[in-house]
Amino acid sequence: MSEMSKIVRSISNLLLPFILIYGFYIILHGHLTPGGGFQGGAVVASGLVMVLVAYGSERFASWVKEKHLSVLESIGALGFISLAFLGLSTAFFYNFLAGKGGLFGDIPPEGSNPGALNTAGTLPLMNLAVGLKVIAGLASIVLVMGLASHYFKQGGENDT
Amino acid sequence: MSKRDLVGVISLLILIGFLGLGAASMREFGVVDRAYMDDYIISHSQDEVGANNAVTSVVFDYRGFDTLGEATILFAAVVGVIVIFRREVHE
Amino acid sequence: MIHNIPYLAVVALVAIGFWAMIFRKNLIKVIIGIAIIESGVNFFLVALGYRSGAYAPIYTHAPSGQMVLPVPQALTLTSIVIGVAVLALMLSLAVQIYKKQGTLDTRKGVLKK
Repeated sequence: MSEMSKIVRSISNLLLPFILIYGFYIILHGHLTPGGGFQGGAVVASGLVMVLVAYGSERFASWVKEKHLSVLESIGALGFISLAFLGLSTAFFYNFLAGKGGLFGDIPPEGSNPGALNTAGTLPLMNLAVGLKVIAGLASIVLVMGLASHYFKQGGENDT
Repeated sequence: MSKRDLVGVISLLILIGFLGLGAASMREFGVVDRAYMDDYIISHSQDEVGANNAVTSVVFDYRGFDTLGEATILFAAVVGVIVIFRREVHE
Repeated sequence: MIHNIPYLAVVALVAIGFWAMIFRKNLIKVIIGIAIIESGVNFFLVALGYRSGAYAPIYTHAPSGQMVLPVPQALTLTSIVIGVAVLALMLSLAVQIYKKQGTLDTRKGVLKK
């Protein structure tokens, strides 16, 4: 697909850092506020898709290669599986970091409280792994579909 | 209208009839009488998991195996899309 | 029956989706009908777990009172992601059909012998 006008490109340049920060905030605070890995990953992926639509898929493919995206997705999937296997001494998917006092190990006080980031065991690490997987997966779907639109002839029919 | 459209209209009316019968005989909206599992999760998700968000503790701790299946489905869909759009060398 | 309006809205969404699937010839409109049916089913799952006058099941700055059931919301999250995956595969197959046939009409295509 071809690129859009200069106004669209400048606005998408201006908006991209805010969208990335918003998406990573939603991923990171998944155990305190509504959100988590899947929701924040969808927000960051839609920011990357906005840059792809504004600049055209050829220029975007020269910045972000397809094999780097698949390596990132595999890192996310393997991180999720290895966090599930690390608690295997008690059970599969056991939360082995909750309540032990180390990394992410505190217990929040009972009832309504302002949330502390150091709580909830393996949940923030799983959120980061799943968020990375969703970002790379959705961005590579849209990139592959955008690159395939070069091999089409023009025209078509309008049916109901 | 043709025969295909007639069969379509009749089957759609039967479907709406069954679904409407089911929706009219559901329990009242907003009244839950037996929720033992959810009450246990709400009251114990702060000491067992240590998370303030009960929904995330269900998705990643109490039912983490379903999230593993969902991540596998997303991975398989991405692989499927890349394979469909693969082109031969200099098509 | 006035207190069952969310369930009637689910029936309306599913009926509109099935009407679009049966009576439209363009392939993209059939796919949009499938997506509307998935939205109706997700809405039904979330509406099942509601308690009147209750708050979101999150303890950060939570007001005092009862909480909504969290398990249907977790199942709906999985269902939405599966819907996205299936929609991506359907759309890429529609692109390949257009490449082979030249038209997106389901009743006049070359592939249908």
